[in-house]
Amino acid sequence: MSVIYLLITISIVVAIGFFIAFIVAVKSGQYDDDYTPSVRMLFDDELKKEKPKSVQITKEKQI
Amino acid sequence: MTIVMFLKESICDFCHRYKEQIIMSKHNCFHCGLDIVMTKKPSEIVWENQIFFDDKLFCCNGCKTVYEIFSLNDMSCYYDFEKSPGATPLDINGKYDFLDNESIVSKLLEFHEDSTAIVSLNIPHIHCSSCIWILENLQRLQKGINTSQVNFPEKKVRITYNPQIVSLQMIVGLLSSIGYEPYISLDNYETGTATIDRSLTYKLGVAFFCFGNIMLLSFPEYFEVKEFWLDQYRGFFRGLIFALSLPSFFYSANGYYVSAYKSIKSRMLNIDIPIALGIIVMFGRSTFDIVMDYGSGFFDSLTGLIFFMLLGKMFQIKTYSFLSFERDFKSYFPIAITKINSNTTEESIPVYDIQKGDRLLIRNQELIPVDGILISEKAQIDYSFVTGEAIPITKKSGDKIFAGGKQMGKIIEMEVLHTVSQSYLTQLWSNAIFQKNVEQKHKTITDSISRYFTPILLLIAFLGFGYWIFIDATIAFNVFTAVLIVACPCALALTAPFTFGNVLRLLGKQHFYLKNALVIEQLAKVDTLVFDKTGTITTNMKSNISYQGQPLDNENIRIIKNVLRASNHPLSRMLYAFLPEANPLKMDAFEEIAGKGILSCIGAIEIKIGSYEFVNQNAINPVLASFPLGISGVENTSVHITIDGVYFGCYIFNNHYRDGLADLFQKLKANYQIKVLSGDNAGERATLEQLLPAGTELVFNQKPEQKLAFIKKLQDEGKNVMMIGDGLNDAGALAQSNVGISISENVNVFSPACDAILDANEFQKLDYFLKLSKNAIKTIKMSFVLSLLYNVVGLSFAITGNLLPLVAAIIMPLSTITIVSFVTLMSMYYARKK
Repeated sequence: MSVIYLLITISIVVAIGFFIAFIVAVKSGQYDDDYTPSVRMLFDDELKKEKPKSVQITKEKQI
Repeated sequence: MTIVMFLKESICDFCHRYKEQIIMSKHNCFHCGLDIVMTKKPSEIVWENQIFFDDKLFCCNGCKTVYEIFSLNDMSCYYDFEKSPGATPLDINGKYDFLDNESIVSKLLEFHEDSTAIVSLNIPHIHCSSCIWILENLQRLQKGINTSQVNFPEKKVRITYNPQIVSLQMIVGLLSSIGYEPYISLDNYETGTATIDRSLTYKLGVAFFCFGNIMLLSFPEYFEVKEFWLDQYRGFFRGLIFALSLPSFFYSANGYYVSAYKSIKSRMLNIDIPIALGIIVMFGRSTFDIVMDYGSGFFDSLTGLIFFMLLGKMFQIKTYSFLSFERDFKSYFPIAITKINSNTTEESIPVYDIQKGDRLLIRNQELIPVDGILISEKAQIDYSFVTGEAIPITKKSGDKIFAGGKQMGKIIEMEVLHTVSQSYLTQLWSNAIFQKNVEQKHKTITDSISRYFTPILLLIAFLGFGYWIFIDATIAFNVFTAVLIVACPCALALTAPFTFGNVLRLLGKQHFYLKNALVIEQLAKVDTLVFDKTGTITTNMKSNISYQGQPLDNENIRIIKNVLRASNHPLSRMLYAFLPEANPLKMDAFEEIAGKGILSCIGAIEIKIGSYEFVNQNAINPVLASFPLGISGVENTSVHITIDGVYFGCYIFNNHYRDGLADLFQKLKANYQIKVLSGDNAGERATLEQLLPAGTELVFNQKPEQKLAFIKKLQDEGKNVMMIGDGLNDAGALAQSNVGISISENVNVFSPACDAILDANEFQKLDYFLKLSKNAIKTIKMSFVLSLLYNVVGLSFAITGNLLPLVAAIIMPLSTITIVSFVTLMSMYYARKK
C-alpha cells in the first residue's frame, strides 16, 4: 500500500466528517434563525456584570 | 354657599393660571421613549403631570409598572442594551379569558405532556436586543417557565413551561403586563409545528462537498505532466472522482430532471430541459471517457455547474419571515369568543363552534367574527380591517353588523345570523381564486427564451454530428456531446436568479417586500393599475380637518384641546393631534357618552363636543340642521362644539390623500392606465377628479366580489393588472390580479394575502419601483446577450472537436463569474438611478 492511498483516504474521511457536521447543524435548525444567536451570545457577560452590583446594594442596606 | 365659593375659587384659579406664564419642559419616557410634556408655573417647584420613580421619568403608570416589575426582579439591565426599548402595556382585561378553555389551549400548543408544554407566540413588538434579553429571561419573572427562546426574524418566542405550575393564560397575562402582548388569531388554531423544507440547503451542501473534493483531485490531470507517479495513480484518482460525482449527479441535481420531465409532459420547453440534458450528457460522456480510458472526463465542470446553479436558486430565495403573504381572514379573527348561554352564564367557545342563533358578547377592541344583529343599544364599529376606513360607524339596536368589524367602547351583545364560513366577508374566500394553488400562472422570461434556445441547440448538435459522421465516427460522437455540454445554459440559468435576488433585496431595503422573485417579472409586465380608495390612496393616520362656524379664539381652542385629551374616541384623538399645542387645564367633570359625544366642565364652563343632535340639545342659539356638506354635497364626518350653551361650529373630517399622490399619478399616467375602485359612495368624486389626472376611471360602490370581477374583466380584455389595496375587502381583487400589492401602515401586523407588501410611507415611490422592475428585465436581456457570446465561443471549440476538459473547466466558471458580477453591478446602478 502506498502512502498516497492512506493520505487521500484520510483527507476524504476528514472531509466527510465536516460534511456530516454540516448536515447535523442544518437538521438541528441552526440555519433557520441566523440573527438571534448573534445577539444572545453577548448577554451572558452583561448579566455577570450586573449581579455583583445588586449584591453590593443589598449589603449596604443590611448595614 | 360652599358651592358658590368653590365655583368662584375655581374660576379665579382658572383666570390666574391662564395669565401666569407657564414653563414647559420636554422629556422622553424612560421605558417607551414617548415624549412627555411637563408644565409648571415659575413660582412652583413641583412639575405637574409627571410620573417620577427611581429618578426616572415615565409617560404613564403602565410604563412605570413595567419598570417596577423589572427592577424588583433585578432585571433592569433590560434598559442597558437599547435606549427606551419598551412598549406601554395595554389593558387586556378579559381579552384572554378564552385561554382557560382547555380545548382551545391544546390547539395552540406545539407539545403537551404532564409537566411540559411548549407554545410559540407571535409578538409584534419584538424589535431590539433588549426584547430578546427580557423574553429569554422570562423564567426569572414567572415560576413554572422553564426556558424561552426568541426567534428574532420571525418575531416569535417559544416558551417551554410546566402546565401544572403556570397556565398559558398567566403567561400571556405576564407578557402583556410587560408590554409584549402576543398576537393570537384564528390562524394559530391547529397549526402545530410547521415542517421547514431544508432540502435546498442539503443539496447545496452535497454539491459543494462533491465539487470541492473533485476540484482537488483533478489538479494533477490539469497539468498533464507525463510523470511516473501521476500515471501510476491515475486510475485511483479517476475512480474516486467518479464516485464523488455520484451524489451530486443523483441527489443535488435531481430537481432539474424532475422539472425537465414535467415540462416535456406539459409540452412547454423551459430552461431546465437543456440544463438536464447538459448534465446527463456530461455525466454519460465523462463516465464513458473514464471507462474507456480516453481522458479524465468533465466531472469537475459538472459538479461546479450544479453547485453554482443551486447557489443561484438559494440567492433568489429571499424570505421576509416576519411578514406573511398568505394571510386570509383567519389572521385577523379571534380564536375564541364569549358566548352567553340561555341561563345567562358566560362561556368561551372556539369561533368555529358558533351556531346560528347564539348570543355573543363582544368586548372593547374585540373583533366581530360572524354576521349578526346588534342587541345592545348602540355600538361603535371600526371596519378599518375590512375597508381601510378609520372612522367608526355607529350602529343601533336591531342593525345588522358584519364580521370583521371591531367594537370600540362598551361591551355589546349580538345575535348570530351566519356561522363563520358563511359570513359576508368570509364567503369571499370560497371563491375559486383562493382554492387553486397557482404556482406557475405565467411563463418566466428565461422559459420564453429557452423556447428558442433548446431547438436551436439541438439543431447545432445534430448538424455537427451529421458533418463529422462522414469523416470520423469518434469525433462525431465527441462533437455531439461537446456541443450539449458547452451550450448547457449555465450562464443563462444563472442570470435571472441573481438579478432578481439582488433586486428583491434592494427593494426590501426600501420597504417594498416581494413574495418571491417572479413578482418582479410580473411588475415589469403590468400595464393597468387599479387602486383602492380608502386606506390606499387615502391615509387613516392623518385626517384633513377643517373648521366651519363662528371663529374660535385661542382660549376656546385651549379648552377644546384639554377636553379632547381625556377622550379615547378615534375622532377625538385625530382632532387632538390636529389642534395646536396648549397648556393643560384642570377638568372638573368629564363624561363620554358613547355614540353621542363628550360632556365636560372646566371651572364653570360647560363644554359639549360631539354629534350635532347631542351638542344642540338645550343650546342657547340652536342652529337649524345645517349639516356640513362635502364638496360633492354628501355629508362628511364632523364634530360639533358648544361652549357654555353657545353653539360655535364644527370640525369637518375630510379624507386625507397620501402625500405626493397627485405627483405620482401624473408620473404613472404616461405609461399606465389608472383606475380607482372604491367601496364607498361617490361622495369624493369631485375631489378625486380634481386631484387625479384626466382620464382616470373612477368606480364607486364596489362590493368585494365586484372588485374581483372588475379585475377579471380587465384581464379578459388582455390587460396585465396590478391591484393596490389594503383591507380584507380587497383580498379577492388582490388574489385575482397579476400583481397584488398591499399597502400597510404597519407591515408587521395587517395585510391581506398578496404578492407584495408596501410600507405606506413609501407609497409615492411606486413609479420608481415599477421602473426598477423594468430595468431588471432589461439587465437580464443584456446579460443573455453576453452569455450567448460565451456560448458562441464555447461552441466554436466544441464543433471543431477541440473541447478539452481543461478548456471546459476554465470557460464555465469564467462565464459564471462575469455574468453574476455584471447583473449585480447593473441592478445596483439602476437602483441608484431615481
